[in-house]
Amino acid sequence: MKDIADSHVTADGRTIGGVLMDMRGITLRFGGVEAIKDISFDIREGEIRAIIGPNGAGKSSMLNVISGFYNPQEGEVWFRGEKRPPMKPYQVARLGIARTFQNIALFEGMSVLDNIMTGRLTHMKAGMLAQAIWTGKAEREETENREAVERIIDFLEIQAIRKTPVSRLPYGLKKRVELARALAAEPKLLLLDEPMAGMNVEEKEDMSRYILDVNDEFGTTVALIEHDMGVVMDISDRVVVMDYGRKIGDGTPSEVRNNQDVIDAYLGVAHD
Amino acid sequence: MLYREAGDFKTTYKADSQTFPIAFDRWRYWAVLAVAWLVIPFFINDYWANAILVPFLIYAIAAIGLNILTGYCGQVSLGTGGFMAVGAYAVYKLMTVFPDVSMLVHIVLAGAITAVVGALFGLPSLRIKGFYLAVATLAAQFFLVWLFNKVPWFYNYSASGQISAPERFVFGQAVTGANTAPAAQYLICLLFVTICAILARNLTRGTIGRSWMAIRDMDIAAEIIGVDPLKAKLTAFAVSSFFIGISGALFFAVYLGAVEVGEAFGINKSFLVLFMCIIGGLGSIFGSFAGAAFLVLLPVALKVLGADVLGWPTQIVSHLQLVFVGGLIMFFLIKEPHGLAQLWRLTKEKLRLWPFPY
Repeated sequence: MKDIADSHVTADGRTIGGVLMDMRGITLRFGGVEAIKDISFDIREGEIRAIIGPNGAGKSSMLNVISGFYNPQEGEVWFRGEKRPPMKPYQVARLGIARTFQNIALFEGMSVLDNIMTGRLTHMKAGMLAQAIWTGKAEREETENREAVERIIDFLEIQAIRKTPVSRLPYGLKKRVELARALAAEPKLLLLDEPMAGMNVEEKEDMSRYILDVNDEFGTTVALIEHDMGVVMDISDRVVVMDYGRKIGDGTPSEVRNNQDVIDAYLGVAHD
Repeated sequence: MLYREAGDFKTTYKADSQTFPIAFDRWRYWAVLAVAWLVIPFFINDYWANAILVPFLIYAIAAIGLNILTGYCGQVSLGTGGFMAVGAYAVYKLMTVFPDVSMLVHIVLAGAITAVVGALFGLPSLRIKGFYLAVATLAAQFFLVWLFNKVPWFYNYSASGQISAPERFVFGQAVTGANTAPAAQYLICLLFVTICAILARNLTRGTIGRSWMAIRDMDIAAEIIGVDPLKAKLTAFAVSSFFIGISGALFFAVYLGAVEVGEAFGINKSFLVLFMCIIGGLGSIFGSFAGAAFLVLLPVALKVLGADVLGWPTQIVSHLQLVFVGGLIMFFLIKEPHGLAQLWRLTKEKLRLWPFPY
């Protein structure tokens, strides 16, 4: 096991702390199919960790294991120095892990504001009776959380659309609102499943900037899956590479780029 | 020209998230309340109370209840009639066992009992959704009606199998029984409608309402964000049944006075309330009122038009009613799936810009 206390400062002045999440020997099977085969890696506090790999490599399954959708048949998930028992997704959310989805999973019938407010759910404690009567506590809580949400709205520059129903928004903005909803939970670990899928260059640049800012300003640890290699190599501190459910590379972007297995997986290799 | 938000700046989040952000709407709301509480009771007569206002108010409560479950939480229910029957029989038993306790307490307790029963029948919703859940709630509907027919304890072993409300008083005024004044009938219903609507609005705009809507719109994402689906669905069933139970209690005790369960709370009632929600607008408190008003007023209006004005035979008029209501439901499902509430919202959006719609 790696040394937890081992922290360092990156070239651009961010502090990378100890291990936040440690995946140990994760194996996930669907019937006879092994989606993930004995994978171990860790995510350190404050870093941007990318998971890459060709289609069907098991990246999204990995994210689903972290967020509690799937419970792996073998292996252990350690979070903040404690072994995590099998949990339901909503329990994982309460530990401080938030995520976005590959296909946008916003609440289409609600306004942008309500969507993001829903992200604050784990911070709101007023009981049902208090809410029904809308007593001091429920109202105060609503206002306090609204303030937190407004900070995120400012941060992601979506002030103009806060009262718009989500179903009316274009794709790029929906992605941003989904990020806002995840951020509203003030997560310790933010999981992004292809945050830039289907975006044009400008939108990708915006999104990259937001991810870097989130990491820098809030100190949020980010784990992301992305197919755009340029973006991945630019913004991430360390990269895990998966192929056919196995881990074939792990390291800084430049290490991964020069890894022969990774090159083979992406470019194909002559079978002679 | 008064319908503007321009110049009406909100400086606190509290002001920004109030129910009626536009001043004109706020005034209209207070005006409606004032007329309902201070004017109508003095002019109400037996016809208006029994044909229009009392059923409208009672159905509005039921529609709010079902709207919470179906419109806000997305769980389709065809058990409304059965749950109304639970409210009715609960209030009947309470009235006869504790004759000295206030009727207001009984009605609230009847709602609470229905909430427990509703949560119980909501348990299947954790496993099944959509049509399958609708069928499960249909089972609740038939089971409950059967239960109240078969077990004599529920109707106090009366020979007819009916239950009839004995006379009970609130502040010295009879609210149930044969001697009830129309104004008393109306006021007790209005009291519960007002309270229920405010409670429902508060619940749906807060945390719990957002978790219901999250479950409705995308249950997987809701769970990932920290919504406990068990808690969200069961609270929706419980709260919805609470309102429906109150409406059932009022329907029996205040409106009809005597009921036979299969006739008053059959499957037809479940559909009627569901239609109110659909026509009024799913996921809207205003829509519940609009739907209830529409389906209560429409038959009356058609009857007045057909039988009294045009002089057609009453049978033809009552058949035409069915045709007309059926046609309207189809029309709404195709043209405006979000119901009258959506039409109202669109009108308001247009009004905001009027007369310069660009």
